Amino acid sequence: MDVIADIAVQGVQMLLVFLLAPLLTGFIRKVKARLQRRRGPSLLQPYRDLIRLLRKEVVLADNASWLFRAVPYVTFAAIWVAAALVPTFATGLLFNWTADLIVIVALLGTARFFLALAGMDIGTSFGGIGSSREVMIAALAEPAMLMIVFCVALVAGSTHLSTVANYIASTAVGLRVSLGLAMIALVIVALAENARIPVDNPSTHLELTMVHEAMILEYSGRHLALIEYGAQLKLLLYVSLIVCLFYPWGIGVFGAGPVAYLAGAALYLFKITIAGFLLAMFETATAKMRVFRVPQFLGAALMLGLLGTLLLFVSKGL
Amino acid sequence: MTELAVQLGCVAALLAVAVVAAPLSRTPRLATAIIYGATLIVCAVATASALTWLLLHADAAAERVLPIGLPWLGAHLRLDALAAFFLVVINLGGTLASLYALGYGRHEHAPHRVLPFYPAFLAGMNLVVLAADAFSYLLSWEFMSLASWALVMAHHRDASNRRAGYVYLVMASFGTLMLLLAFGLLAGSAGNYDFAAIRAAQHTPYVATLVLILLLLGAGSKAGLVPLHVWLPLAHPAAPSHVSALMSGVMTKVAIYGFIRVVFDLLGTPDWSTSGIVLALGGVTAALGILYALMEKDLKRLLAYSTIENVGIIFVSLGLALAFQTNHQPIPAALAFTAALFHVLNHSLFKSLLFFGAGAVLSVTGERDMDRLGGLIHRMPFTSVVFLIGSVAISALPPFNGFVSEWLIFQAVLQSPQLPQWGLKILVPAVGGLMALAAALAAACFVKAYGVTFLGRPRGAATLAAKEVDRFSLAAMAILAALCLLAGVLPGLVMDALAPIATEILGSRLAPQSGMAWLSIVPIAQSHSSYNGLLVAVFIAVSASLSFGAIRLVSSGAVRRGPAWGCGFTDPVPLAQYSAAGFAQPIRRVFGTLMFRARDHVTMPPPGDIAPARLRIELHDQIWERIYAPLAGGIMAASVRLNRMQLLTIRGYLSLVFVTLVTLLLVLAIWT
Repeated sequence: MDVIADIAVQGVQMLLVFLLAPLLTGFIRKVKARLQRRRGPSLLQPYRDLIRLLRKEVVLADNASWLFRAVPYVTFAAIWVAAALVPTFATGLLFNWTADLIVIVALLGTARFFLALAGMDIGTSFGGIGSSREVMIAALAEPAMLMIVFCVALVAGSTHLSTVANYIASTAVGLRVSLGLAMIALVIVALAENARIPVDNPSTHLELTMVHEAMILEYSGRHLALIEYGAQLKLLLYVSLIVCLFYPWGIGVFGAGPVAYLAGAALYLFKITIAGFLLAMFETATAKMRVFRVPQFLGAALMLGLLGTLLLFVSKGL
Repeated sequence: MTELAVQLGCVAALLAVAVVAAPLSRTPRLATAIIYGATLIVCAVATASALTWLLLHADAAAERVLPIGLPWLGAHLRLDALAAFFLVVINLGGTLASLYALGYGRHEHAPHRVLPFYPAFLAGMNLVVLAADAFSYLLSWEFMSLASWALVMAHHRDASNRRAGYVYLVMASFGTLMLLLAFGLLAGSAGNYDFAAIRAAQHTPYVATLVLILLLLGAGSKAGLVPLHVWLPLAHPAAPSHVSALMSGVMTKVAIYGFIRVVFDLLGTPDWSTSGIVLALGGVTAALGILYALMEKDLKRLLAYSTIENVGIIFVSLGLALAFQTNHQPIPAALAFTAALFHVLNHSLFKSLLFFGAGAVLSVTGERDMDRLGGLIHRMPFTSVVFLIGSVAISALPPFNGFVSEWLIFQAVLQSPQLPQWGLKILVPAVGGLMALAAALAAACFVKAYGVTFLGRPRGAATLAAKEVDRFSLAAMAILAALCLLAGVLPGLVMDALAPIATEILGSRLAPQSGMAWLSIVPIAQSHSSYNGLLVAVFIAVSASLSFGAIRLVSSGAVRRGPAWGCGFTDPVPLAQYSAAGFAQPIRRVFGTLMFRARDHVTMPPPGDIAPARLRIELHDQIWERIYAPLAGGIMAASVRLNRMQLLTIRGYLSLVFVTLVTLLLVLAIWT
C-alpha cells in the first residue's frame, strides 16, 4: 500500500511539472507584455498554442529521415524525466535517487544532442547554423555548470538534490558568499541554456539572430508542439532547480503527509511566480547580445563558480 | 592455473595463425575467411577464459616461468585480476574486429600485407599484458609496436601513409627507449628484472618520481598523451578500419595497462606531487584532443583525435587515484581507479564501434572526407543506427555507458576537498572543469561527425550509390552497440567485476553495488550521490511512449511531404549545406583562435567577376610547430655537422676513440 502511495506522490510530481510548464511561460509572456504596456495574451495561451499545433498536420521536408521524426519524442521524454526528478514540493520522493544533479544536467545534454542532430537532418543552412551555435553555447555552459555543482556539493557534501535541499533548508547553513556566487552563475547558465535574452531570443524569427529557433525551423504540427513543450519544461526545470538549490525553505520532506505537501506546493508556486517575474523584468531590461559576446557572458559564470569553489576552500563557512 | 595455460595456448595459436597466413595469402578470399575465422575463435576462447578468471578467481594469481628469453631469467608470465581485465578488453576487441573483418576484409586490395600481421598484433598485445618480467615485457611491447607498424604500412603506396608509418616508428622507438630506462632504474644495480623482485624492492622517492615521468613519456606516447600524441592521428586512420579500431580501442589500453602496472603495482607509493603531473597532463590531453577532433573533416582522423581525448580522461582518473592513494584515502582512490578501468572498457567498446562504422562508410562510398558524404541515414539505415548509439555513448550522455564512467570520475573529483595539499585542492576542480569542457565539446564533435556524414543531403556522387554493408560487419557493430547500452544500464555489475582489481592494486575497494535497491549505483555511501541507468532508460522509454500514445489520441496523425522550408530560402545545391568546417566555425572562433591561431580568409571576386568566393581556413598545430618542427630541425642540423666525422683519417678515428675513453673514465672517476 505504501509503495502505491509513494508512486502516486512521484506521479503527482511528474504531472505537476507537466501541467505547470506552459503556465510559467504564459506568465512570463504576460508580465513582459505588461511591462511593455501591452495587454498581452491570456495566461492560458501557451496551452491553446500547444493544442492547436497538436491538431495540425505535419509538413515534413522531402528528405527528412526517421531520426527527424523520432527526435521530438526523445527530447521531450528526456527533459520530462529530468524535470520530474528535480524536487519541487517535497524532497526524497520514491525515485529521487535515480538521478543526481550531474545526471539531470546530462539528461538535458541528451535532449540537446538529439535536437542539434535534427537541425542537421534536412540539410538547410538554417538548421546547420542553429545546431553549430547551440553546441558552442553548450560547450561554454557545461564547465560553468560543473563549477556550480562543485560549489553546491562542497557545501552540502552531495550532488543528490534531495540531500542538498534538505541540508540547505536546515538552519545551519545561513548566508554564504559562495552560494550567492554559484546562484548568479546558475542564473547565467539557465539564461543561456533556455535560449533567453540576452543569449538568444525566444520570440525572434529574424534569421541570423536566432539560435534555438533556427535549429527547429523545419518542425511543424505535433512535432513542433512537443519541442515547444520540451522548451517550456526545461525553463520550469531550471527555475525549480534554482529554487530547490538556493531557496528550499518550506519544502516538504518525504512522508510528511498531504498537508506538508500542499504547503510545500503552495510555497513552490509562490517562489516560481517570483522567479518568473524577475526573469520577465530582466528580459525587458536587457538587449540580446551578439553571438560571439556569449563566451564572455558564460565565462563570467565559469569564473563566479570557480570563485565560489575557491572561497569554500579558504573557509568552509564562507 | 588452467586459465593461464589457456591464455598462453591462445597466444601460441595466434602466432601459428600469423605464420600460416603468409603462404595462404595467395588465395585472398579463402585466406580472409580462414584467418579471421581462426582469430575470431581464438580470441573468443581467450575472452571467455579471462572473464572466468576475473569473475571467479580474481583474488588469486597464477604464475609460470617458461625457459625462453634470457637464460638466467626465463620468461615470467603472470595472470592476475588486472591482467585478466585487460585480457578481456583486448580479446573482446579482437573477437569483434575479426567478426567485422570477415566481411570488411573482402574489400582489402592487399590482403597479404594485412593477414599475417593481424594475428601477430593480437598476440603481441596479449603477451604485453601477460609478461611479468622487464625483458619479456619490453620484447612483447616492441613486437606489438612492430606488428601494428606493419599494419599501418599496409597501404604504403599512399605517401601520407608512409609518412604516418615513419612518424609512428620514430615515436614508438622513443617510447620503448623511455620504458627501457624506466625498467633499468627499477631493476637497480642488482639487476632484478623479475616483476616480483621489483615489487618487493624499496624505491627511493627520487627514483619513483623519475620512473613515473619516464612511464608518462613511454606509455604516454603509445597511449597518445599530449604532446606525445602526434603519431596517433596519422597512424590510426592509415591502417585498415578493423585495425584502426584495435589500435585506438585496444592498443592505447595496453599502454594504459603498462602505466598502471608499473606506477600502481610495482612502484610502491610515489610522492603526491607526481599525481599533479598526471592530472594536469590528462586534463590538457582531454580538452586539446577533442578540440583537434572538432577541427577535423576526415572521419577516421576525427575518431583518432577523440581517442586522445578519452585517453586524457582515463589519465585524469588515474591521476585522481594516485592523488588519493598517496594521501592514504583508500575509498576515493578505489572510486577513481574503478572509474578509470570502467572508462577503459567503455572506450574500447564505443571506439571500436565507431571505427567499424567509419570503415563501413569507407567501404561503400570510398570516402573518409565528411564534406563529400551526407544523407547516409537513408542508404545505410542499420549502420546509421549503430553509429548513432556509438556517438551518444562517446558523448557521455545517459543512459549509455560513456556517461557512467564520466559520472564516476566527477564523483571522484568531488571528493578532492579531502586532499590535504593546496596544490591538488585547486588543481582538481580546474581539471574537473576541463573534463566538463571536453565532455561538452565531445558532444559537439559527434553532432558534427554524425550530422555531416549521415544526415542532410548527399554531397557527392559516391554517396548516392551507397548501400548497406555486409552482415558480418553489421553483427559486430550490433553486438558492440548492445554492450554499450548494457554497460550503461547495469553499471553496478561492471563495477563489482572491477572491484577485485582495485583490491589487488590499491588494497581497497568500493562497496558492492549489485545489492543496492533497484540496481542503482552509490559509489560513496556517505555522500548519497546515486545514479540508476536502468531506471533512467526505462523512464525515458516510458515517457516517450506515453507522449507518443497521447499524441496519437489527440492529433490528426496527418503527414504531408513537401520541399524544405528554410525560411523560404531554398538552396538547391547540396554543397551549400553546413560542412564540417562550417559546423565547427563558432567553436573554432571561440577556442581555436588561441589554440590553433585559427583564421578564416575570405577571397571575394571583384565586382563583375563571376568567379566563386573562396574561404580558406588557416590552422596551426602549435604543438607540431613549436616542439616537433624545431626538434626535427635541430636533429637535421646536428647530423649535417656530424657528417664530417664520416670522412676522418684512421689517426683521426683512433684519437677520437681515445678521447672518448678518457672522458668516460674521468666521468666515472668523478661520479664514484
